[in-house]
Amino acid sequence: MAEAFWALGRATGVVSLVLFTVTVLLGILTRSGRPALGLPRFAVTLVHRNVSLLATVLVIIHVASLLADPYAQLRLVDVVVPFLGTMKPFWLGLGTFAFDLVLALVITGLLRHRIGQPAFRFVHWFSYAMWPVAVLHTLGDGSDVGKSWLVLLLVLCVGSVLVSLAWRASATFVEYQHTRFEEARR
Amino acid sequence: MTRQSLHIDWTACDGRGLCTELLGPLLVRDEWGYPRAAGYGSDVPIPSSFVAEARDAVALCPRLALTLQEVRAPARS
Repeated sequence: MAEAFWALGRATGVVSLVLFTVTVLLGILTRSGRPALGLPRFAVTLVHRNVSLLATVLVIIHVASLLADPYAQLRLVDVVVPFLGTMKPFWLGLGTFAFDLVLALVITGLLRHRIGQPAFRFVHWFSYAMWPVAVLHTLGDGSDVGKSWLVLLLVLCVGSVLVSLAWRASATFVEYQHTRFEEARR
Repeated sequence: MTRQSLHIDWTACDGRGLCTELLGPLLVRDEWGYPRAAGYGSDVPIPSSFVAEARDAVALCPRLALTLQEVRAPARS
């Protein structure tokens, strides 16, 4: 049974990292205000939200199964308070930190209409901290890090986010940026 | 009798275009991407057949720029 929890914990960790990567990519796409992948804008937003919730469910399974697994030596306090772990406290702590950020992002995301746009936006910017921290946690704590399939997967994840960040920072990112710049120049 | 009206907060709106997709014929995009309703400014009357779409637009607006308000029809004189 312990073996099963260990396997489940590792697998859900990798899958949730992939899903969080997709969430970040869809979030950047959402921010661009463009329809994409054959979907209208409102559908891109909905897929962004739904993939992020799915990733959150998987990361909860990741944490819960490693809590149940005796090898991981994870205690309840390590789920929320970072850097107190017994095994690889730094790398585990990064996972805890990312998990806390995920909870904050999900709660403020779901309560966006209650807390208002400024508070939502402030917290949502921390997505750009959460994702790299989760990647570092995978690199430092992942039991399969030496394996080529995981290396390839991480290269794809990091590469795609870097490319989309470059697009995010470019002048032609927002749909109507061109028109708006032209009008401002007049 | 109450009718629904969609209020657009122009200080929040960034012309992302989700509402113009959901409320197709009621709202069109101007040349900068902002929503525009023919004949109306910041308050757009929503026919009952579009209330569900208007609710979706309010929920999904990435800038929280939309609110659905009940307006009382003016009393007949």
